[in-house]
Amino acid sequence: MNQREKEQYLREYAILKAQGKPFFPYAVAKDSLMACVVMAVIITMSLVLGAELGSKANPTTTTYVPRPEWYFFFLFELLRVIKPPSLVPLATIGVPTLGMILLFLLPFYDRGPERRPEKRPIAMFTAIFVIGAMAFLTYEGANAGTPTALDIATPASVTQQGSTAVAQFNEGRLVVAQSGCEACHQIGENGNNGPGPVLTHIASRLPGEGIRRTLENPTAPMPSFKNLPPKKLAAIVDFLSQLK
Amino acid sequence: MPKLPKLPTPPLPPQFKSPPPRPGDEAAGSGPLQQAAEAGISVVDWVDERMSLSGAGRWMLFRKVPKGTNWAYTLGSATMFAFLSQAVTGVFLAMYYRPDPAGGAYESIRYVTNEVFLGQFVRGMHKWGSTVMVVLVFLHMGRTFFYGAYKYPRELNWVIGVVLLILTMLMSFTGYLLPFDQRAYWATIVGVNINGTGPLLGPYLSDFLRAGPEFGATTLSRFYAIHMLLVPGAIAAMIGAHLYLVAKLGTTAPPWQKAEKNPELRKAEL
Ligand code: HEC
Ligand code: HEM
Repeated sequence: MNQREKEQYLREYAILKAQGKPFFPYAVAKDSLMACVVMAVIITMSLVLGAELGSKANPTTTTYVPRPEWYFFFLFELLRVIKPPSLVPLATIGVPTLGMILLFLLPFYDRGPERRPEKRPIAMFTAIFVIGAMAFLTYEGANAGTPTALDIATPASVTQQGSTAVAQFNEGRLVVAQSGCEACHQIGENGNNGPGPVLTHIASRLPGEGIRRTLENPTAPMPSFKNLPPKKLAAIVDFLSQLK
Repeated sequence: MPKLPKLPTPPLPPQFKSPPPRPGDEAAGSGPLQQAAEAGISVVDWVDERMSLSGAGRWMLFRKVPKGTNWAYTLGSATMFAFLSQAVTGVFLAMYYRPDPAGGAYESIRYVTNEVFLGQFVRGMHKWGSTVMVVLVFLHMGRTFFYGAYKYPRELNWVIGVVLLILTMLMSFTGYLLPFDQRAYWATIVGVNINGTGPLLGPYLSDFLRAGPEFGATTLSRFYAIHMLLVPGAIAAMIGAHLYLVAKLGTTAPPWQKAEKNPELRKAEL
């Protein structure tokens, strides 16, 4: 907006304001009614939905679902959609930071005098696209599989080694299922493909020692499983080492 | 908005309708009864003589809102109301909460949920109030965006608004850990780790949040302090600045609202 447009806006606004109503009581009445609606919604939600409390946080058992509050789902989903590890920082930090900076600076790059939505096609299309993308990612994030079960055929190489090996394999399978790895990893038909790599054939890529190192000292966003009881950790490593 | 209907005056016989006493009128009395009746006014006067805030109050309340102001304009104050509700319910939760991960945090929340009178209700209000506040912030931001309210001369108010948005999200993030159940714990670990992948500041920010390289005993109290002192204080201060600017600049009229075109009326209005 140049100086002339600014002054014209201020003139126009002064007239509209002079033709308006006093804030008290007119706007205050509407605001108060809205406040009552907000209060009623909060109270109803509290009564109907309650406040559940899961089991106590336990860094060692990890039957966990790393799920954020629903309005962060879109971020989490972004993390799953963008897979190559080199791009993960871009997804996690880059996109939100960029979005925030663009939002911050909006009044400084959108300086046109036009305020009517139908006369601001670029702004409107961008806004609708962003809202749509966020809604879609939130929806996808909400429907992402919950990591609890792990169905995978016992490999022939394990069956051949006898029943102790099979038992050991099954124990590892249980621990992996309980440890929430599938929130970020796909194993066979189970779990989510991303943000972590697919683990279906992890053993052909990474020896047991490497798997153990990853679990104890992973790259973010994967949490560290160092505090798992040694037996469970060993079970996970054994299990993954069989997935050739 | 239609004119509010006036209550009819009650049909009193004339002799009961005493004229209001005039100041300095002896007969109306400066007796104790009269003084008691005006006690409230006197107190307000006494305070105002020293603080001179009535001008500010009048400036805030009796400013005009432009023609065409509609229900979408209540979203900002609705957000503020949700924030106040969070503040009040949060105070009650803080009376019971112990930010001690070793044994305390989870148990204190369980105690609030299961034992305290209306505890689950208040906790539910705080929990769902956060959702309501986030939704309202986004709706309010959408309103100001679609109405072009971020343009001259309200750019600064938009910038303050974005700060408020970030602070609101920070509230949600730090509050999520506090119940210290499995969900809270693991979601926060992942969140903090995600944060650590950021360039330059990322790792430092994560270390700051965790109070060290590991998720430890002080992490929870740090989150608690941020959640209930630092960020709410910042939000309150920012809302103050936001509202000051709203009153100073006036709220926008809807973009399609046209001022009176008739030149005669134009002159009269100015
Ligand atoms: C929050 C998401 C997340 C969770 C939960 C998670 N991981 Fe990961 N994991 C990742 C990411 C992201 C990578 C890639 C890191 C990298 O490239 O360095 C990874 C890498 C790995 C690797 C190395 C893969 C390779 O190809 O080098 C292994 C093995 C692994 N994870 C196993 C597990 C196991 C076992 C669990 C459960 C006990 C688990 N992960 C839980 C996100 C996760
Ligand atoms: C805690 C969060 C917030 C509170 C309590 C709040 C409160 C308010 C209130 C009460 C108004 C007065 C008029 C109205 O309701 O429209 C207002 C106006 C405004 N707000 Fe906010 N707001 C918040 C967040 C935001 C955000 C996130 C943005 C945008 C990024 C924003 C941008 C604006 C703008 C530009 C105006 C001026 C609107 C106009 O003049 O028409 N606010 N805010």
